[in-house]
Amino acid sequence: MSDTKSSTPGAVNENRRRWLQGGAAAAMITVAPGVLLWRSPAAREADQAVTSAVRWGLLIYTSRCEENCSACVDGCNQEHGLKGHGRPQTDAQWIRKITLRDPTSGHVRSLPVMCQHCEHPPCVDVCPTGASFKRADGIVLVDKHICIGCRYCMMACPYKARSFVHEELTDQKPHSPRGKGTVESCTLCVHRIDAGGIPACVEACERTGHQALVFGDLNDPDSLISTKLRELGATQIRDDLGTNPGVYYRGI
Amino acid sequence: MSITKFRTIEGRSPGYLALLGALGALLLAGLGSAWYMEHNGHYVTGMSNQIVWGMPHVFAVFLIVAASGALNAASIGSVFGKLEYKPLAPLSALLAMALLAGGLAVLVLDLGRPDRLIVAMTTYNFKSIFAWNIFLYVGFLAIVAVYLWWMMERRMYRYHRIAGFVAFIWRLTLTTGTGSIFGFLVAREAYDAAVMAPLFIAMSLSFGLAIFILVLDFSCQRTHLPINHEMLQRLARLLAIFIAAVLYFTAVQHLTNLYAAEHQNVEHFILFSGNKYSQLFWIGQVLFGGFIPLLILLHPDYRATRAWVTIASVLVIIGGLCQIYVIIIGGQAYPLEMFPGKEVSSGFFDGEVSTYSATLPEFLLGLGGVALSLLILSLAVRVLPLLPQCLEPPRPAGEETPAS
Ligand code: SF4
Ligand code: SF4
Repeated sequence: MSDTKSSTPGAVNENRRRWLQGGAAAAMITVAPGVLLWRSPAAREADQAVTSAVRWGLLIYTSRCEENCSACVDGCNQEHGLKGHGRPQTDAQWIRKITLRDPTSGHVRSLPVMCQHCEHPPCVDVCPTGASFKRADGIVLVDKHICIGCRYCMMACPYKARSFVHEELTDQKPHSPRGKGTVESCTLCVHRIDAGGIPACVEACERTGHQALVFGDLNDPDSLISTKLRELGATQIRDDLGTNPGVYYRGI
Repeated sequence: MSITKFRTIEGRSPGYLALLGALGALLLAGLGSAWYMEHNGHYVTGMSNQIVWGMPHVFAVFLIVAASGALNAASIGSVFGKLEYKPLAPLSALLAMALLAGGLAVLVLDLGRPDRLIVAMTTYNFKSIFAWNIFLYVGFLAIVAVYLWWMMERRMYRYHRIAGFVAFIWRLTLTTGTGSIFGFLVAREAYDAAVMAPLFIAMSLSFGLAIFILVLDFSCQRTHLPINHEMLQRLARLLAIFIAAVLYFTAVQHLTNLYAAEHQNVEHFILFSGNKYSQLFWIGQVLFGGFIPLLILLHPDYRATRAWVTIASVLVIIGGLCQIYVIIIGGQAYPLEMFPGKEVSSGFFDGEVSTYSATLPEFLLGLGGVALSLLILSLAVRVLPLLPQCLEPPRPAGEETPAS
């Protein structure tokens, strides 16, 4: 998996390898909201493998999501060092705000859409090299070292969740390796999760007080996300396609 | 058994050298474009996060699809035992390999990381139809090479039909595989159809034969080999059948999609919205690429003249490029239906028809692939005896030529 030609610096490679193999990256993460009782279980130890006992997911209350709020998007961009070049057609976007309007009632909803971390991800099925892969805990990632940039995954993703890096990158974040000519998408902030934290978008939304995003373990019946899903129910986007996304929406 | 004699070309005429020069220049322009796109990143192309496959894919898919169809003449000779096609077999096999090589080169040079070709060749995800295609393409080159060798080598000649048969089956699989690249994209309303595979087979037969006719005609002219009338008529009739097959499967593709409620919007978008894609479809693909060449080739007078057959073949090629453009680009331009029945908008172009216009480097990269194919062809006929000395079928003693 090591690739000497990679444009990412060595430190990034090392870090990357750690989280790909499910190693903890606790030392690098200094986020500690602490107040969130339903938050993920403690960080895994470095030698602990990622397990399918958990499946990470999100629940999004669209009724709480403000139309002109973009805290989650900004939080994501900042966390991963995503900077636009003023070219919206080619700039990377891992999470975006979508506005839905019901043509009959005129009812308007606003919601964030990111990689849905599908249980049966079409992007992984079609990827010729296996660069797109799903971790045991349900997080779908791209291994930037073996992605050849064929963009077949972008053709296959029903949620338009992926971006192709169209130009040279500068100032990459060490915990979020990227590379020109490869494809990327929301990592569910795997580096934070592995350290026991929550995704940056969720944290940013909490900071605004809107509380529209809930992160947690779908496999744990006692987690807040599971409890709420059981109590209130929620929808997955295009659930007819059989991808079984890990992201649920209330109120669409 | 008598074998048709084959020969090389002399390759010193100014015309030949000029041809090599022109093709070489085009190839260099293509390579330069690829370097430019790679060096700056794909933002310098017309491609984006909305239209991820652009003009290079149109050319690449066209060449790859045509490659398997170019093997036609050889298959008819070897697999179906039609002796009158035997003199054409080596040229047809070579053309198939050359077209595939050109198409693959474009595909690879358009990757985000073409330098990782070796990764693509060594790391496979066996669930991916794309990975299967890599196998199919490499296998095709190898099998056709063996077939060509056995056809030309006296000692191996008696086995060449076996190789021809394997190549025939392989190339059907290959085209099915290429069609399935699109057929498997459940998320894209425009592609999700089983008819993609037979449609691609029909397209390959038609485009490949059209290119073959042009190449044959050109080489005969340049080498002063009289192309016999009967042969021309036969090829023309065959092309007419293939054009009709493409039209038929295109009709099936769109009619079945119109029938399925979830595909109606995208069908309407492609067929009736009057945009670039509708125009390319009706005028480029159906009219100029389908009905006009079909009429030319069905007309007993036109079919018999070289000029008209040439025109029909050129039209088929242009129509074919339009068709693949509509399939690849049109299918992506139509927005993904993520929230059926809702009006959707976002800062990421959700719910909007995406725009695409190819830039010069993308065109040049595509044309560079065509140039590579033709360059391989031109050089090979110079060093290998591939062109027939005469177009008369070989007549084994005591055997009648089967009626065509
Ligand atoms: S949303 Fe798209 S990119 Fe994310 S796992 Fe599903 S198919 Fe893959
Ligand atoms: S672009 Fe990369 S991750 Fe996507 S299918 Fe191709 S190799 Fe896989």
